Amino acid sequence: MTATTLQTKLAQAREADRAALVGYLPAGFPDVDSSIRVIQAMVEGGCDVIEVGLPYSDPMMDGPTIQRAADRALASGTTTDDVLRVVEATAATGAAALVMSYWNPIERYGVERFATELAKAGGAGVITPDLIPEEAEEWYAASEQAGLDRIFLVAPSSTDRRLELTTGACSGFVYAASLMGVTGTRAQVADTAEALVRRTRAVTRESGLPICVGLGISTAAQAAEVAAYADGVIVGAGFCQRVLDAPDLETGLVAVRSFAEDLSAGVRSR
Amino acid sequence: MSHAQPVPDDRGHYGRFGGRFAPESLIAALDEVEAEWAKAKDDPAFQAEFDELLKSYAGRPSLLTEARNFSEHAGGARVLLKREDLNHTGSHKINNVLGQVLLTKRMGKTRVIAETGAGQHGVATATACALMGLDCVIYMGEEDTKRQALNVARMRMLGAEVVPVTIGSRTLKDAINETFRDWVANVDHTHYLFGTAAGPHPFPKLVRDLHFVVGAEARKQVLELTGRLPDAVAACVGGGSNAIAIFAAFIPDESVALYGFEAGGAGADTDQTAASITAGSHGVFHGARTFVLQDEYGQTLPSHSISAGLDYPAVGPEHAYLADTGRAVYEPVTDTEAMEAFRLLCRTEGIIPAIESAHALAGAMRLGKRLGPDAVILVNLSGRGDKDVNTAAAYFGLVDSEGQA
Repeated sequence: MTATTLQTKLAQAREADRAALVGYLPAGFPDVDSSIRVIQAMVEGGCDVIEVGLPYSDPMMDGPTIQRAADRALASGTTTDDVLRVVEATAATGAAALVMSYWNPIERYGVERFATELAKAGGAGVITPDLIPEEAEEWYAASEQAGLDRIFLVAPSSTDRRLELTTGACSGFVYAASLMGVTGTRAQVADTAEALVRRTRAVTRESGLPICVGLGISTAAQAAEVAAYADGVIVGAGFCQRVLDAPDLETGLVAVRSFAEDLSAGVRSR
Repeated sequence: MSHAQPVPDDRGHYGRFGGRFAPESLIAALDEVEAEWAKAKDDPAFQAEFDELLKSYAGRPSLLTEARNFSEHAGGARVLLKREDLNHTGSHKINNVLGQVLLTKRMGKTRVIAETGAGQHGVATATACALMGLDCVIYMGEEDTKRQALNVARMRMLGAEVVPVTIGSRTLKDAINETFRDWVANVDHTHYLFGTAAGPHPFPKLVRDLHFVVGAEARKQVLELTGRLPDAVAACVGGGSNAIAIFAAFIPDESVALYGFEAGGAGADTDQTAASITAGSHGVFHGARTFVLQDEYGQTLPSHSISAGLDYPAVGPEHAYLADTGRAVYEPVTDTEAMEAFRLLCRTEGIIPAIESAHALAGAMRLGKRLGPDAVILVNLSGRGDKDVNTAAAYFGLVDSEGQA
């Protein structure tokens, strides 16, 4: 199988001896067209990979900032078809485009249909925060067929046996949750992050599967700290917050671009 | 019909339903609960302690009362009420919470969190935590804290912290989301005391097991009283804990028909309903594959019922399975039908039922007319209606708009 754009981006970052910068934004936040412009600013600022969030009514793993952003997206009428449109625009920027989605909207859309449409839109893969490999039989088949990366999560509470199981089910990268908690900014990078990456490395040595770290990273210094041991740094709430705080979209775009530039410098200062 | 495969399987699947659609962060905790329950279930010391609490604290066994006057309104069928309303804290919920607080202590955890809609599960949880000396935090949708202010006060009196949830639709489903978020962050010392037979594995099975006593007692009591098994068992269904409580012991009895009565709200064919099996579709919600009220994109739809305890847009996975296999039949009961049954039980038997349980009573009236005077119908009177007096008084116009007599 040829490499996905995600795999290419992560390989390029590794080659340049830096971590990749992965940015998250819910599609449709604050509305569909504006979310495309925010994502373009994120890529201009230096994001290598974009997680396009599929806004969901019951985001169990998200803290208040991303909940608010997703609520805004749903209130503006964002549908799964809009998410695919945002993916298409994201892929056109040259960044690798992923979808981050709770499982029900994908199942409802039709797992195979979603995979096919996502691949057609130029998407590289899907991050599934509430789908564990044991429940993912249908997703395996659909993602294989469409040539999409499957990104599952590992957490500080994962046993070694589960690290092996989960990383074995992933392609592209494995999402290491830095801490036990939900999305949102934190004052410090949790000390559980490095330990989890070390334990995960121990089971991915042979496959070389990249490990990207997310949850609670929102400053250039934190990005640099995590870049020292991870292959990618994932930032979400920080971007949403800048859009939420801005009095208008143009101001928000400036803030988002400059934030991405800061983080981008961070992931380059290993 | 017979069941070739026992349910759930070892990963919590009830046929195509159930399972574990939960974040990886929680898998270790769910495994721990599952493993600890497997041990406790077979531990005579645990069972003895649980049984003793049920007897000397909750007031079990609960009575079986024949509703002779109410029977006239149910086609003359014999209507037998399983009196879970007489338990301490006023509903079946106490069985599950007593079992789970014992499990919490076994796991060495010191803090309990729970969601509540109407407040019944929250009050029961706060009660059990007070008894056991555990820290207790209850998440409750802000809308529900306003509708059920008295229950908020009860929980606080019992020493629990009540956190109003101000995100999403601010009702039960959002309270559950928020409790999961707390659990992820505090799982090392905290147990999520799930209140209904839903959620990710092992909760549906754990909650069913802890409530099994309800149907087991009732089965024996009906046999003693009538010399035979009932023709039908009726229960209301929101998440479905009281229904699975009374169904479980009868599932192997093929001659006993099982009926779950969902909250139809303004009608199961309207958008003002909570009848997830009747009006919903297959989906994944709160950790399990089940029936859920959702739009074409899989976004959860707001539910409606006059009964806060049934106002939930999904249902436990075992009910989805029992509906799918045909072992149980699920029908909607509207707000209006439920309130008529509520009124009738008050007037004919001197028992004020919970509005939740009134849905089962309305169902029994319907069944009795269908089955005729020779039928024996067992109804789970899952809770008492003290908490519903304000709602009922407003509904029947017993007080003016300011709540004054």
